Amino acid sequence: MKAVCWMGTEKMSVETVPDPRILNPRDAIVRITSTCICGSDLHLYDGYIPTMEQGDIMGHEFMGEVMEVGSGVDQGKLRVGDHVVVPFTIACGNCFFCQNQLWSCCDNTNPNAWIAEKMMGYSPSGLFGYTHMMGGYAGGQAQYARVPCADVGPLKIPGGLPDEKVVFLSDIFPTGYMAAENCNIQQGDTVAIWGCGPVAQFAIRSAFMLGAERVIAIDRVPERLQMARDGGAETINFEEVDSVLDVLKDMTGNRGPDSCMDAVGMEASGHSLFYATDRAKQALRIKMDRAEVLRQCIRACRKGGTVSIPGVYAGFVDNVPIGGGMNKALTFKTGQTHMMRYMRPLLERIERGEIDPSFVISHRVPLDRAPEMYRVFRDKEDRCIKVVLDPWADGARAA
Amino acid sequence: MSSESEMRRNARDGGTQAQVLQRWGMLLGGGALTVYALTRRKPGIALAAAGGLLAYRGATMGTGKFRARASFAINCPPETAYRMWRMLENLPIFMRHLESVRERGDGKSEWTAIGPLNTRIRWNAEITEDRENEFLAWRSTQNSDFQTWGSVEFRRAPGNRGTIVTAEMEYVPPGGVLGKAAAAIFGKDPEFTMREDVRRFKALIEMHEIPTTEGQPHGPRSAIISTVHQIYPEHRKPSEYYAGERMAAQRRAS
Ligand SMILES: NC(=O)c1ccc[n+]([C@@H]2O[C@H](COP(=O)([O-])OP(=O)(O)OC[C@H]3O[C@@H](n4cnc5c(N)ncnc54)[C@H](O)[C@@H]3O)[C@@H](O)[C@H]2O)c1
Ligand SMILES: [Zn+2]
Ligand SMILES: [Zn+2]
Repeated sequence: MKAVCWMGTEKMSVETVPDPRILNPRDAIVRITSTCICGSDLHLYDGYIPTMEQGDIMGHEFMGEVMEVGSGVDQGKLRVGDHVVVPFTIACGNCFFCQNQLWSCCDNTNPNAWIAEKMMGYSPSGLFGYTHMMGGYAGGQAQYARVPCADVGPLKIPGGLPDEKVVFLSDIFPTGYMAAENCNIQQGDTVAIWGCGPVAQFAIRSAFMLGAERVIAIDRVPERLQMARDGGAETINFEEVDSVLDVLKDMTGNRGPDSCMDAVGMEASGHSLFYATDRAKQALRIKMDRAEVLRQCIRACRKGGTVSIPGVYAGFVDNVPIGGGMNKALTFKTGQTHMMRYMRPLLERIERGEIDPSFVISHRVPLDRAPEMYRVFRDKEDRCIKVVLDPWADGARAA
Repeated sequence: MSSESEMRRNARDGGTQAQVLQRWGMLLGGGALTVYALTRRKPGIALAAAGGLLAYRGATMGTGKFRARASFAINCPPETAYRMWRMLENLPIFMRHLESVRERGDGKSEWTAIGPLNTRIRWNAEITEDRENEFLAWRSTQNSDFQTWGSVEFRRAPGNRGTIVTAEMEYVPPGGVLGKAAAAIFGKDPEFTMREDVRRFKALIEMHEIPTTEGQPHGPRSAIISTVHQIYPEHRKPSEYYAGERMAAQRRAS
């Protein structure tokens, strides 16, 4: 089959590799019909998360048709022929964490848990296509994928719903929703969201669903800011103002937003002094994440407010104003998304027509063009916001 | 367990302080290299394997007596975990170095471990303590290739949150060729081996199979990583798959 392989920093290539097969009784094999590139993939593309190996298959946002199921998969839950969206986290369903709905913290699905334990103390769940430290599972930017614990994750999609409406249930819609839920929104709240990428776009819409009266979104990319406004947010272009914090203060009458969300993560851009030292350390490969946005979130948040962090961090950060967090009595909420909590309820919202997630798609291209699209997406060229890949389209034909 | 108390115990067991320190220096060096590798961008895994190699050499030098201990909370009642472990013939499913355990009744059993170049080490064991759903201990008997002791405790976790399973093992390797084989089998950081064994036991109970990526597709690997994989193949025993199959069948039946 064809698959997008990580061949080194900023080197992606479409390779012909063997088809996946069932390796464990609870596995299924899925023929992929749609698969996406995520902001999280950019952290790997740019080489900021350790334990990738040359040849690893990328991708964690995919859906398709079940081709084969192992002997351990309950036929009542999943059958050959089902159309499914596959969540990016892999969960066993039976451990303490799964039973407490902390699906992305599953205790059993990371075969390389010991590596993650060295970095983090304990290991989160295995993820598709996201480093050996997080399980080393082959990803879904390919024509087929092996899905472990297939009786827990995949969500069956009723006939009649096109891929583009449901494929984002694999990650970014639930992620935006959980990020908004993590804001502890009370009726009438003001929520500030850093970043207007795909995750933030869903967070903006979810914040309104959860009762926010006002959402203020921050980015510098015009078409992304426009999309945020289309979703009902007010926006700040951080390159056009001296200080985002001052603008937020002014907009909220010196109170500050009730909650602040970092939907940017470890590759934040910025122009502060701390940003410059972050950048220098990353360049020198002293392993540090760039925490510019996290710092701003903590400083901007009102007293007693909540900081929600869906943006991905992999390791360590410097100069986090934890003193502000402590003295202002802030609450911090974060995590890889507990996918299985949100997929079904959000599917129901889509079925009821409350939201059509396809609004974020800017590019639909054949899988063969993935390598170039990684760059286009990272550099925000060609008004790129979200890329959906078709694994079966003819590579020669442009979209 | 802190490395300091371990060091003190090793010292008590006969190594001079200098030997002990040297061994720990190598072990920590290995560990630090592994962590260093993890925090670098490339070529992570190859460096990690080298770190593992250093740790391996550290563990197999010196005083001759090895100890390991591992503890995992498992989401099941003590009875389930005890029953699974008490059928000693199950042990090779999650203890990768074991080829087989044969029970002969009256608490006696024959164990076979398999090492590099198919060297086999055999020993006979007897159960020395057996408290149902609580504790099990065994040790090797005469006419064994080497001396070993093992035990496992099953303790109900607070708040009824499953069972804390704590396994311990000690062994004194024999001399000569068998000693080398034993060191290769158990010595590659015994604490690590034990932890991964108990982790697999937990997965088998909770997940009904052992997680793996062994056998999945990938694109072309770099020369250095292919070499590392050839020298240290991640081996997965066929019995791991069949254990999953068996548990699936049991689940369907119940
Ligand atoms: N928690 C989870 O489970 C989960 C799941 C998916 C993605 N993520 C993470 O969410 C983050 C966003 O993902 P995405 O797909 O939307 O990525 P993206 O790269 O498309 O979006 C990031 C946006 O942040 C903007 N930005 C950069 N610096 C900024 C700054 N200083 N202030 C304001 N905006 C700034 C960029 O212009 C860009 O539009 C990533 O870190 C991704 O890894 C987390
Ligand atoms: Zn994603
Ligand atoms: Zn689990």
